[in-house]
Amino acid sequence: MQREALVGSDTRQSHGLDQFCASLEERPGLSILDFAGGSQATISFITGYGHRLYSDDFLHQLDLCFGSAPGDFFENQSNPLLVSKFIENALPFAEESFDGALVWDALQFLSPALLQTVVTRLYGVLRPGSSLLAMFHTEERIDTIATYAYRIQDHRTVQMTAPAQRRPAQIFSNRSLEKMFQDFHSVKFFLTRDRLREVIVRR
Amino acid sequence: MWNRRKEEENAPKPVSAPPTSSEFAKEGIPMSTLPTRSGEPHPDLSRGTSAVLGKSVIVKGEIHGREDLTIDGEVEGTIELQEHRLTIGTNAKVNATVKAREIVVLGTLHGNVETRDKVEIRKEAKLVGDIRTARIVIEDGAYFKGTVDIIRAETPKPQAVVAPKPQPVASATVPNTGSPSTSGRPAPPSIAAAGGDIKR
Repeated sequence: MQREALVGSDTRQSHGLDQFCASLEERPGLSILDFAGGSQATISFITGYGHRLYSDDFLHQLDLCFGSAPGDFFENQSNPLLVSKFIENALPFAEESFDGALVWDALQFLSPALLQTVVTRLYGVLRPGSSLLAMFHTEERIDTIATYAYRIQDHRTVQMTAPAQRRPAQIFSNRSLEKMFQDFHSVKFFLTRDRLREVIVRR
Repeated sequence: MWNRRKEEENAPKPVSAPPTSSEFAKEGIPMSTLPTRSGEPHPDLSRGTSAVLGKSVIVKGEIHGREDLTIDGEVEGTIELQEHRLTIGTNAKVNATVKAREIVVLGTLHGNVETRDKVEIRKEAKLVGDIRTARIVIEDGAYFKGTVDIIRAETPKPQAVVAPKPQPVASATVPNTGSPSTSGRPAPPSIAAAGGDIKR
């Protein structure tokens, strides 16, 4: 599927989301972290299970912190002061606060140093046994990749709206993803026909 | 008949006509309680009266009210309108903990929000804080950062009505329908009983 050709929105059948949602059915009252920003569809879906949802636009926070500072966007991600400020704004949570995290495609835009800090922080704020859903572009040798606002329609359908092009910090292989999530209990990949690799990581 | 003119002259005359709502608007009163003005976009002005904190008003402290309130200025502190609607206007910058029946955000609100009915975050609006509400509406283009905690409507507990034991004489006159009340289990709450527990 040519994501770059999208103008408005598209829907995607997601096995990763299906797997993630299976963990939501265990019991009500879970706390879920969503990096896609507040949207009516996702809030209604998650709270419909009786869960609490924390929403924030992770990429907006990223731009706010590293894009507004002078200097290169990716080089700024190595600045300890900015990194500290970013973590404080984007992940200001107590340890083991969440039972699941919808990270979507946000991790692709983090430089290696910041990426490891964020993944370590995500490990910390998730409770043992909880799931994390992330997506990664698979195509190599590409300058920019499409990123979306993700909205959950149902347990296996996600609406992808407002496509925009962004330069990725790095392209991931299965091996690099396994290494990135090596502290987690398990990493599961879902093969898709398009250029997005879905990953479910179990804390 | 001959004295009519004299009576008219003696009749009390109003000093001046009461100002219309448009005259209030011309004067630019920053804080007021006004009747509904037709043609205004504020949703809270569509019924009854609504207090308005105008663009130039800055409040630091506590606001308690028993009527709908529209804020278009700056507020810092706490706002409580338990049974009424709060509208954060497009120009508003509110940094406050808010409790109301319903909140509509068109401007910027930083602070935790608790409503019994609904929170609406309109396009271009910004809300940073945790929300506890029964319903939430977020328009595309709105920015929200925080936790959404949906308060489930309290389901009325079935009242422990002790069903009368069927007596031999009664059973002869009342047919056994097999309903819980006649089979010895607690009867389901009647509509009237359930309605009495619903809080508005």
